[in-house]
Amino acid sequence: MLKVSLYRYNPESDDAPHMEDFSVDTGGKDLMVLDVLELIKADYDGSVTYRRSCREGVCGSDGLNINGKNGLACITPLSETVKGGKLVIRPLPGLPVIRDLVVDMSLFYAQYEKVQPYLQNPSPAPAIERLQSPEERAQLDGLYECILCACCSTSCPSFWWNPDRFIGPAGLLQAYRFLADSRDTATEGRLAKLDDPFSVFRCHGIQNCVNVCPKGLNPTKAIGHIRTMLLNRAT
Amino acid sequence: MFGVVRRIKPESGTISFDGVIVGGGGAGMRAALQLAQSGYKTAVISKVFPTRSHTVSAQGGITCAIASDDPEDDWRWHMYDTVKGSDYIGDQEAIEYMCSVGPEAIFELEHMGLPFSRTEEGRIYQRPFGGQSKNYGEGGQAARTCAAADRTGHALLHTLYQNNIKNETVFFNEWFAVDLVKNATGPSLVLWRSASRQVKRFTLNLRRPFSRRAVRGVFMLPPLTRISIPATGWAWRSARVFPAQDMEMWQFHPTGIYGAGTLVTEGCRGEGGYLVNKDGERFMERYAPNAKDLAGRDVVARSMVLEILEGRGCGPNGDHVKLKLDHLGEDVLESRLPGICELSRTFAHVDPVKEPIPVVPTCHYMMGGIPTNVDGQALTIDAAGNDAVIPGLYACGEVACVSVHGANRLGGNSLLDLVVFGRASGLFIEKALSDGIELRDAGQTDLDAASARLNALNEREKGEQVAPMRQELQAIMQNHFGVFRTGEFMREGIAKLATLRGRVEDVVLADRSSAFNTSRIECLELQNLFETAEATAIVAEARDESRGAHAREDFTERDDENWLKHSLYHSETKQVSKRSVNFTPRTVETFQPKARTY
Repeated sequence: MLKVSLYRYNPESDDAPHMEDFSVDTGGKDLMVLDVLELIKADYDGSVTYRRSCREGVCGSDGLNINGKNGLACITPLSETVKGGKLVIRPLPGLPVIRDLVVDMSLFYAQYEKVQPYLQNPSPAPAIERLQSPEERAQLDGLYECILCACCSTSCPSFWWNPDRFIGPAGLLQAYRFLADSRDTATEGRLAKLDDPFSVFRCHGIQNCVNVCPKGLNPTKAIGHIRTMLLNRAT
Repeated sequence: MFGVVRRIKPESGTISFDGVIVGGGGAGMRAALQLAQSGYKTAVISKVFPTRSHTVSAQGGITCAIASDDPEDDWRWHMYDTVKGSDYIGDQEAIEYMCSVGPEAIFELEHMGLPFSRTEEGRIYQRPFGGQSKNYGEGGQAARTCAAADRTGHALLHTLYQNNIKNETVFFNEWFAVDLVKNATGPSLVLWRSASRQVKRFTLNLRRPFSRRAVRGVFMLPPLTRISIPATGWAWRSARVFPAQDMEMWQFHPTGIYGAGTLVTEGCRGEGGYLVNKDGERFMERYAPNAKDLAGRDVVARSMVLEILEGRGCGPNGDHVKLKLDHLGEDVLESRLPGICELSRTFAHVDPVKEPIPVVPTCHYMMGGIPTNVDGQALTIDAAGNDAVIPGLYACGEVACVSVHGANRLGGNSLLDLVVFGRASGLFIEKALSDGIELRDAGQTDLDAASARLNALNEREKGEQVAPMRQELQAIMQNHFGVFRTGEFMREGIAKLATLRGRVEDVVLADRSSAFNTSRIECLELQNLFETAEATAIVAEARDESRGAHAREDFTERDDENWLKHSLYHSETKQVSKRSVNFTPRTVETFQPKARTY
């Protein structure tokens, strides 16, 4: 039996959040954390609430704080996270909790939208695709794969302090994805929007984002590139 | 203590839009983008945040004759492949439209920023996929599938979402569609309950027509060894008065990871991977001597099941086969198929660089759906038996049956379908809006009818829980309507469904909270899913032939005399009728049915 401790909060009936313990029969299998939540919801308590969708680590719905570390429930096997027979699941830190493990991600999405995450190139498009060499395209690897799960931004102390002003690792990764795209011509405008004390420079290189990213991406490195571009622009 | 607790206030009221799109997958967002960029006030309703829609899971690519890999490539060859792949019940006018307009739609996506992989010439990278040929099947294997590594769906969906942000589409995320409101002139309103936020009536009052795309299934119940049932959205339930087309046609993807059900792309075989049985034999050479592992998906899936049934399956239970990739080398795998390597390591505990991935055919895609014309207008059949447009209702994407896939979809054609017909619907609605259309508002009675199901669910005190019934439904479909089907066994399945129906109707809601209640959604989805399952079952039993994905052990041959037809399912009467297939493309000669071999 696996001891599972879940963060519970229902705004209609609870004055404050609390932890609830379940003893779950996993049949001795090395399940994914999401499987455990599904078991609890189906067999123990149907009111347990969390988000899920693709269950294969590409949609980014089920970012959770699992035994103290942010990750995706659907691709985190018990063998990787459970030490001492206990699984503690909490919502992603730093965002308002709507219910149980579901957080309000509005601030996170607002920071994403702030970087204008779409290609800008006012020149008339050719009749076929815009050409891009494999080397130019390789600049986007490690950037475009982001699934917006918010594991990184909600593990970042700077984002906890300034979620309204610091864009955070996820948003900045996408900011750099377009700065790095050979087809995008809005570099100057993009940098101008980022050139303030909070948007980028609140990153202190703690690298929690790198440590937790379920897709193995490196936002700190991208932020470093943006810093360099901003500093070069100033000189 | 992590997290700050905040109470979320419900929104309520009535809002008007020029176009309302149900579903934030690729088709819905492409249609929305078309309207929004032309300045129409557009809403997208999505049960998940849009980039979490199932389009995100598409891996291998989007098939289209953009003439990058082969400068001589021709959309007519793609059309030929698609007609053949459909086992000749794809509508040729629609296939012609998709294949010929496709390149324009792909280049638009690239201009929007989609990060396609590239060739040395800087063009979009294309890989070989199943069922592709040059020169109408005479010129060997083609490489026609445009790819962004093996994350094409992710790249496409994010690009569409980003461009919708740019064009100020209004998103209602985590709202669940309960029903269409129908009045005398056809559907004119959608009623929403935000089951996920607050149970409070929220109506969208449309001044003008709307389009919609029901939510495509996430795979229900993940820990499967064989077949999972996609939870296609609310379409069948809400559109019950309208017929559904080709509901028996379900694609089983050959390569689902054994024990997990997670798919690995056909692009694996496109890049040179192949399937082996327990003897290490490349068995597809026996079943499809020319195309081998790149035969149509229905052919490959059936061959795999036959290998397993004939005792040549792998593993202690002999219940799967293996996909061999290691001979391609680490460089190719990490650059072309990085996502597959990741999935295989996570779900199969196998590193494809070193050893083959255990795979089984997995329920994947619904070829059938709401019949539409190439403009996305939903169709019904009038009293005289002719096609009739349903005013104000449009469908595109997987929920629609336009029909470009017929009895079997080719890999890479689903993303093209959703982009091309999302765009086409948007273009047509734009024109309709500028021409001016008036639809009558729904009255209170219409609204009450549409909210009856939700009210009943909220008030019911007794009944069965959702989870066990969902498993039961899944087991019935898995056992009685799988890769191979027989009449007697299907009739047993239909009888089981009949006894399940009343119980599903009376599902009891365990959690009555109005805060982000996912239990309520699960109940509604089970009911929706049941409608889909029953339609599939009844039509599968009725089609007494084998064609494309529908393989009958008691009727092993294709019967063109009786069944070169679409099936139509009328859910109110549970009757099955037939509808003619379109054999009149506008600019090319008809592709006549012939024996389908690979």
